[in-house]
Amino acid sequence: MIRIERRLEQPRWLTVVVPVVSVAVAFLLATLVLLATHHPPLHTFRRLFDAAFLDNGALTETLVSATPLAFTGLCAAVAFRMNLFNIGGEGQLYAGAITGATIALLLGGAPSAVVIVGMIAAGAAGGAVLAAIPGVLRAFFSTSEIITSLMLNYVVALIIDYLIFGSHSYLRDSSGFEASVFPQGKTLPDEATWPSWAIHGLVIPLGALVAVAVAVVVWFLYKRTRFGFEVSVIGDSARAGRYAGMRTRRKIVAVMCLSGAIAGIGGASQDGDFRHQLDPRGLTQANYGYAGIVVAALARYNPFAVLLVAFLLGGLQNAGYTLQGADFPNGLVGVLQGLLLFCVLGGELFIRYRVRIERRHRTAAETA
Amino acid sequence: MNNSLLVVVLASGIAYGTPLLYGALGELLAERSGVLNLGVEGMMLVGAVMGFWAVQRFHVTTTLALLGAIGVAALAGALLAGIHAFLVVTLRANQIVSGLALTIFAGVAGLSSYLGNDLDLAKSPARHQFQEVFPKSWQDLPVVGPIIFGQSVLVYASWLCVVLVALYLTRTRLGLNVRAVGESPAAADAMGINVSAYRYAHTLVGGAFAGVAGATFSLSITPQWIAGLTAGAGWIAIALVVFSFWRPALCLVGAYLFGAFAYLPFVLQARDYPWAPPPELSQSLPYLMTILALVLVSSRAARLRFGAPAALGRPYVREER
Repeated sequence: MIRIERRLEQPRWLTVVVPVVSVAVAFLLATLVLLATHHPPLHTFRRLFDAAFLDNGALTETLVSATPLAFTGLCAAVAFRMNLFNIGGEGQLYAGAITGATIALLLGGAPSAVVIVGMIAAGAAGGAVLAAIPGVLRAFFSTSEIITSLMLNYVVALIIDYLIFGSHSYLRDSSGFEASVFPQGKTLPDEATWPSWAIHGLVIPLGALVAVAVAVVVWFLYKRTRFGFEVSVIGDSARAGRYAGMRTRRKIVAVMCLSGAIAGIGGASQDGDFRHQLDPRGLTQANYGYAGIVVAALARYNPFAVLLVAFLLGGLQNAGYTLQGADFPNGLVGVLQGLLLFCVLGGELFIRYRVRIERRHRTAAETA
Repeated sequence: MNNSLLVVVLASGIAYGTPLLYGALGELLAERSGVLNLGVEGMMLVGAVMGFWAVQRFHVTTTLALLGAIGVAALAGALLAGIHAFLVVTLRANQIVSGLALTIFAGVAGLSSYLGNDLDLAKSPARHQFQEVFPKSWQDLPVVGPIIFGQSVLVYASWLCVVLVALYLTRTRLGLNVRAVGESPAAADAMGINVSAYRYAHTLVGGAFAGVAGATFSLSITPQWIAGLTAGAGWIAIALVVFSFWRPALCLVGAYLFGAFAYLPFVLQARDYPWAPPPELSQSLPYLMTILALVLVSSRAARLRFGAPAALGRPYVREER
């Protein structure tokens, strides 16, 4: 019979081999999907990787997709580590984009450094305030944060719509005839454009560097501080944490705020790095928040692994945009991402558990 | 009178709420067995595309084609739910991540668009669609005409489903067992109930409901295939289950409420009332009400009476209970 038993120790080599095999299986399954629908698999994968990483300027575009994914991935990883399922990264990113754009417009004219720091701070604050709502509800009323954070995604998406399409708000561009027919956000002042650096044709946006810095901070916080230790204890067993005298409620709110703040900075980076206005359609159609949860899960909630996975998935997403239409199978990128995730998730079992296939032995009791 | 705001909004609230109701009923069954499936949106979209495909390809009478399409959509939804069930029940994966993976795999940028593109469905309107079943004279009756008699057969079938699911959960041995599995799988296991089998079965049925919900979009509400035509209805269905405290009858009320609030802005805009609130406000009300309702039932006593199944989202491992 087949028995599944928990491993007491997880061998190091398994944590490398299992993900690699999982990814291989995912590509095998994707090959089957392509064959079943009469697409040449090797040629298709080749084009996918060329468009993601090898073509001229592909890496730059990949970074554009990877930067927000790194932020939302870190947002999810920070919360999921404590078993707080914040799936509101999507809305928290919007909130950061709203507050970031507001500050940029308010501070227009000030030195660029001031505006940029202001945007990062405002974005973080916007995301944190939004995430604090499910955090407080969870900590003090034990309301499921999964549902409340999810609901707030819709509310914030509607708020953005209202700010740009439904009202004559401060953020809406109301100059000229075109703006009154096709409502859009005000263009942010030049000082609010985040710098970027070109190295051999690869353009690195400031947001990507901020994401790396955030990952380092998160790693330090979780591995090297008392706060991080308490978070991991509470994550494993909230009761044990309480008995040890930890303030679990405060920790829940703090971790939710931290998580939301990271997504919020991602929103500000959308304004400053890439869009240069509050762009409702672009933000809400990208689904960075939900994809961030995938990134965090694939990275097993390790902040540095989040950066790497965000880069790889960003590449896939970028390839999806570039190859859209023509003769490239539409929707393949989502199928591939989903398959990757299924396989890696399923593979986790083989890291945590040992599967034993043994012949059934007759015991003395049965033969007697 | 039938043109008055209330009647119009109620009648379309029921029509728009029907896919939400199907999706929520399915999710409710899965959650009652302890499996949270966040893949509803993905299952709906694949159900929508496969149901639409069936209607275009089955060259039989309208009734048969539509019946076949519903069957195909349900099957497609159930197959996808099978992936989720395998991952979370057999392989003990995290239910939240697995459900999200399902939505990404099957959703707008995934399998549903892939299939829609590959089967070349986007260009034509549906060859058959669900129509109102009652004669025109009935539909012209004041008030009840448009609200009760102006609907398609999918609406009446959903009422039957609500009754059946409610009876199943409260009046049958199997239904009581499901609830035991969702509340305390260890106790259920000790009673001799096969926890895994129940979870598999209800996740699959939940997927089938989601598939039908998708087909409601592509065969009744907007009878054509557009990539991403559910526009987040799957997520709302998940919220509805919470909103209704995991009870089928309240799902019906909630679904029509969400449907009406989603449709209200269109009517208000078309009629140009001076007192109309911004549409974003009315659309966000159901979400805010869901949060409020959740907070209200979060006290310990209320949670035991109205709350989520106690084992929702937790894998059951016999050796570790």
